[in-house]
Amino acid sequence: MPERTNEEWLADLRGAEQSAALADLRAFLVRGLGYALASRRDVDDSIIEDFVQEALLKILGALDTFRGESKFTTWAQKIAVRVAFTEMRRRRWQDVSLDSIVEAHDLDFVPDMMIDPSAGPDQQAAQHIFLETLQRLIATELTDKQRQALVAVRIQGMPLEEVARRMGTNRNALYKLLHDARQRLKRKMEAEGLTPEEMLAAFGSPG
Amino acid sequence: MKLNWQSLKRNILGVGPSSSGEGLDPDLLKEMARGIATTRPDEIGCAECFDQMDQFVEITLAGKDSSQAMPLVQDHLNRCGDCREEFEALLAAVSAVS
Repeated sequence: MPERTNEEWLADLRGAEQSAALADLRAFLVRGLGYALASRRDVDDSIIEDFVQEALLKILGALDTFRGESKFTTWAQKIAVRVAFTEMRRRRWQDVSLDSIVEAHDLDFVPDMMIDPSAGPDQQAAQHIFLETLQRLIATELTDKQRQALVAVRIQGMPLEEVARRMGTNRNALYKLLHDARQRLKRKMEAEGLTPEEMLAAFGSPG
Repeated sequence: MKLNWQSLKRNILGVGPSSSGEGLDPDLLKEMARGIATTRPDEIGCAECFDQMDQFVEITLAGKDSSQAMPLVQDHLNRCGDCREEFEALLAAVSAVS
């Protein structure tokens, strides 16, 4: 593939050189996606070609939004990755309804069963308080939508994108909804005298 | 009753998600608790993360401290599985072909 500057990519894709530039870009994206998805069993060469074909259409339609903050090819690859994951998630979850994975009892756990027995007695006591409070606040302080999204994403591991599709919203809005839920739970916990620092200490640091 | 942390987890792997809550993975609850405790008011959403992801990947590949250069993107990637998955794929793609 001939080296092109960002400006050359844009000019070629918009001008008389479009078909040559598209062929180069297609080959580049196919190679990149091939590496990125190499470990996935549900993906073969023809699916990657399909992903790239769809991505090229999106890229051509979005050229005006490229701000030049990265290489053009990195930006284009980002769009191809998004197309690929959107489609792979859709296929993976297509037979799963939100109701079937979000059951009312999903957060109906017994706090004591969830306590880490390898923790010291003080930490166990703290975990008990936090889990009991968390469970109560999730039940009483969140909206049905927030609770449903929380269980689907955090407990059942469903992609945000798939939950959003089923809730008639988009991924960005769903993230905001979950963020609002977390903020509310955090504030309510603080109002009950449970600080974030104590909560982190009770459950160990991330990682 | 004597509780066994490991057997709890094994049971989950064995039976999958449970409707009774008994099969709930305690690690998921811990993660949820940490997510709540570390919630910050200035978090960015998936759209803003996507806007900046190409730049973030290039900074990362240049060996610079991307989490310091773009802390809100890093924070979002820590919290959002969808975006993290795409970031890792993009990183793999770009590092392989460049």
